[in-house]
Amino acid sequence: MKINLTHLLRIIRYGWKNIWLYKLRSLLTVLGIVFGVASVIAMLAIGEGASYEARKMIESLGSNNIIIKSLKPPSDAKTQQPSNLGVYGLTDRDLRKLKTIPSVVQIIPAWEMQEDVWYYDKNISAKVVGTLPEYKDVMNLSIKTGRYFDDVELQKSEPVAIIGSTVRTSLFPVEDPIGKTIKIKSSYFRIIGIAGEKIFAGASESFMAEDTNIAVYIPLTTTKLFFGEYEVKKTTGGAGSWERNWVQYHRFILQISGTDKILVSASLVNDILNQTHKKQDYQIIVPLELLRQAERTKRIFNIVLGSIAAISLIVGGIGIMNIMLAVVTERTREIGIRRAVGAKKRDIINQFLTETVILSGSGGIIGIVLGILIPRIVTKFAGMTTLITPWSILLSFTISVAIGITFGLYPARKAANLDPIQALRYE
Amino acid sequence: MNYQNHIIRLEEITKVYHLGEIDISVLKGVSCTIEKGEHVAIMGPSGSGKTTMLNIIGCLDTMSSGKYFFENNDISYFDDDALSEIRNRKIGFIFQSYNLIPQLTVLENIEMPLFYQHFDEAKTREKAIELARMVGLEDRLKHRPSELSGGQQQRVAIARALMNDPVLILADEPTGNLDSVSGKEIMDLLCSLNEKGTTLIVVTHDANIARYSRRILRMLDGKISNEN
Repeated sequence: MKINLTHLLRIIRYGWKNIWLYKLRSLLTVLGIVFGVASVIAMLAIGEGASYEARKMIESLGSNNIIIKSLKPPSDAKTQQPSNLGVYGLTDRDLRKLKTIPSVVQIIPAWEMQEDVWYYDKNISAKVVGTLPEYKDVMNLSIKTGRYFDDVELQKSEPVAIIGSTVRTSLFPVEDPIGKTIKIKSSYFRIIGIAGEKIFAGASESFMAEDTNIAVYIPLTTTKLFFGEYEVKKTTGGAGSWERNWVQYHRFILQISGTDKILVSASLVNDILNQTHKKQDYQIIVPLELLRQAERTKRIFNIVLGSIAAISLIVGGIGIMNIMLAVVTERTREIGIRRAVGAKKRDIINQFLTETVILSGSGGIIGIVLGILIPRIVTKFAGMTTLITPWSILLSFTISVAIGITFGLYPARKAANLDPIQALRYE
Repeated sequence: MNYQNHIIRLEEITKVYHLGEIDISVLKGVSCTIEKGEHVAIMGPSGSGKTTMLNIIGCLDTMSSGKYFFENNDISYFDDDALSEIRNRKIGFIFQSYNLIPQLTVLENIEMPLFYQHFDEAKTREKAIELARMVGLEDRLKHRPSELSGGQQQRVAIARALMNDPVLILADEPTGNLDSVSGKEIMDLLCSLNEKGTTLIVVTHDANIARYSRRILRMLDGKISNEN
């Protein structure tokens, strides 16, 4: 078949004119496609945004790391007495043993407590982390101003601190915090650096990532010196019920030499810890595994979403076909006239198919606009991250055009196969 | 017999409609020849088969048996595309009910035949305007058919029929819906085209209209009963 571009453009122009003549009807006809396309783009954007957030979160744990956390074991009934000393978690012995695993490059231990941090009359509850200088590199912590503490300060147990950005804004709204002294419990620390802001939105708990914005980093030796290894907490019971825990390390960050060795190393770590820990008082987090899990979840999400979108687009397509069949009947006489002046069956097919494709295509474009707006509204009012991918726009537009062709073909063929004489007589 | 001047030659044309179990025979063996440049009227009571014959001549309808030579080509076995091509390039139709497309303007209606020839758009427009001027509608180009009188609408239809420079114009009761003044105008217009050499066939049951032509075929019960 000879393809004549200028003729095609004329067919498109005439088709568009016809659609424009019945604006409201055309709009109602394509509503199914509009919402189908809009929901595809919007849902993909929300899904993509959620998984992007999860990925960021997991990556902030370091995809080359294995993280072991101390976990308070579920206490049995007889030990549940007030002022009971709970001893659990990771120890120096674990540290020494784990260092023997060949694929482990280094282990960064961390000790933590949730405590109020004071600057004169201002205070904020922050996570106080005692750790090594290497922590910064392993966790990809950026330093905005000042510096991180070094090995000398670690050795000398210097009272120095690096604060997160949220801590900075609530304690030092205007002042420069570098060199200032903050108070934690009864001890004073000099601020030497401020960590760069990391954007977390929601979901941080579920991925075990720490919010570095509300944290204070101190040399590990300093925390041992000032705070010891006890942790005293008021329990939810009445006045006077206290809980004391003895934890040597809250967290180990194991840097592994290669991505391919992570899963093997994780099971090795589990075996080693199992030998000495009678109770399950630790948890092994493999960010890489979490990442893969997130990818799997996303794939399932996309499949579910794809089926819903496919159904709604098919329904939209059937709606278009329905109207086009009615239009063909309504314009039977026009078809007869066109045939009489020499239109071939192919010309009639082209005319109606073009109109259907223009309809569904413009429905697709309206849907795309709507689909771009909806995620913005969601971001604004629900605070969720959304991410519109170009391929989702391309895909949904292609689908809407394909629907026009698929569901337009039958009405167009029906129009072309009308008997010209019968069509001319049609009232 | 000199075939060179024949534009139409019908040999024993029959047409049978199948309506369920019943066969309705509309044409029962029609034979005739029409020469180039002739003006022929086909008369007969309703149901005599005159419109069916016109449709077969115009390649809109197919015959059940017989042979049809158009410009000495046997088109009995032409397929749908080829018949469309003949309608598009050789024939102009004029109907009793004008058959203009309501959502198109006068100009767009006139242009239609050349649209299906994939003819150059600017030249098409030029020609359509010229024809509109010829039928006296150059100030109505952007109007829709519903905004025109019956006579004006029929003149649009004539302009449309002339768009492809047809060798044959077929008019089915062209004045049937018009008053006598408009009817006379339309017939004068058609006759002037015939005088320029276009073959004209008019179907009518109005003796006053038939009188314009030099040759009248009278039809009765699917046959040509009388010719004068």
